[in-house]
Amino acid sequence: MASTEEIRSGLADIVNEVAGIPADEVQLDKSFIDDLDVDSLSMVEVVVAAEETFGVKIPDDEVKNLKTVGDAVAFIESNQAA
Amino acid sequence: MSSQRIVVTGLGATSPVGGDVPTTWAALLAGTSGARRLTEEWAEQLPVQIAARVAVEPLEVLERVRARRLDRSGQFALIAALEAWADAGLDAFPTDPERLGVAIASGIGGVTTLLSNYDALLEKGPRRVSPLSIPMLMPNSPAANVGLALGAKAGVHTPVSACASGNEAIAHGVDMIHLGRADVVVVGGTEAAIHPLPMAAFAQMMALSKRNDEPERASRPWDVDRDGFVLGEGAAVLVIESAEHATARGAQVYAEVAGAGVTADSHDIAQPDPAGLGATRAIRMALKESGVEAREIVHINAHATSTPQGDVAECLAITNALDGQTNQIITTSTKSMTGHLLGAAGALESVATVLALRDRVVPPTINLDDPDPAVNLDIATKQRTLPSGDIAALNNSFGFGGHNVAIAFRSA
Repeated sequence: MASTEEIRSGLADIVNEVAGIPADEVQLDKSFIDDLDVDSLSMVEVVVAAEETFGVKIPDDEVKNLKTVGDAVAFIESNQAA
Repeated sequence: MSSQRIVVTGLGATSPVGGDVPTTWAALLAGTSGARRLTEEWAEQLPVQIAARVAVEPLEVLERVRARRLDRSGQFALIAALEAWADAGLDAFPTDPERLGVAIASGIGGVTTLLSNYDALLEKGPRRVSPLSIPMLMPNSPAANVGLALGAKAGVHTPVSACASGNEAIAHGVDMIHLGRADVVVVGGTEAAIHPLPMAAFAQMMALSKRNDEPERASRPWDVDRDGFVLGEGAAVLVIESAEHATARGAQVYAEVAGAGVTADSHDIAQPDPAGLGATRAIRMALKESGVEAREIVHINAHATSTPQGDVAECLAITNALDGQTNQIITTSTKSMTGHLLGAAGALESVATVLALRDRVVPPTINLDDPDPAVNLDIATKQRTLPSGDIAALNNSFGFGGHNVAIAFRSA
């Protein structure tokens, strides 16, 4: 099980790859769309990469609820395989 | 329909012989080949193992995140368009977005994006297909991305007519200005099809040279030993604008786009009309539209791809279209150096034609060691000088499907 910080850090690397935002700017309170240059198509890339990195399934219906990095970290934390 | 003059005010290119226009032009004048043996593992199983890749990889120029959202063809187009835009002085001049258009062609579109995502689909499943696939692979993607980068709102177009596409984009831009739909149009073509599938497919058509051991000698238009074209990649872009608009902003003028001729053979999907009738009509139409007389033409950048049939048919078409008034014309095929850039060919060769008029010099056709006896034109085998005074030139492009587009340029 990855810790909160491990998940944040992993997502930060993904956002850096997809949108070019420096990883240390990808903090829990940041909005993907408003703060991190992640548009709707790039968000799909982030989700697919996160699924692979953390071994979780993020349903399409859930993606709209993941507005901030914190939302995504919380979803991944609570859905990781035990 | 207005009869206003249209001028070329900016040029951009990324080609097999240079990463921008100055290096490309210097390499063409020096007779430098961009063809190489392919070193990719996939090339080993192909009958054709040579191609002309761009001299400068796009990731050396474009910022990484911008590049990863573009197909390779889109990367080339954006690089060439930004160079042309800056060269025209338009990055420092406010242009009305609603009077700015784009026409950037591609022959094949985002084929490497299409195929790499198909590989991902087969190997890893549908979830691994990129959500950017469609906006990257659609043929209008390069034009649309250039339009976004430059803020073009007059109309953004993607003519598709195989190897005539680049010239057709120029013709379309000319039409937009004549019809009053735009004052400035960013026109050109791009192609990035060096991938095993298009290479294998062109080879199956017997269209490609198999001179694998001598890549730099493989593209040899009009030579008796020519055996097909060398696939090239890259993009070229011209900024064209109404002379009125160019004058008002004090722009540099390379040349005038005097007119275009666009016809179709209606003969065969892949073979050119052996009598070159469609090409003849395209050249005549370009002359009529431009008001250029046959005797004024001193230079032709020919389509001449180094295929056995096409090179000779084009000579016939030129001779017929100009009623035999060809003694004053120095013809060349820069494809002998760049290979065949398909949908970008007409654009890159128009850049070369415009620079030939400006610098009064014709780049050589390399590898023309033993001219085909059917060739009745004066082909430049070394750098040649053009006369001073008012002169005109033609650039021809023909494509699978029977498309023929000739563009007539006048010296500035």
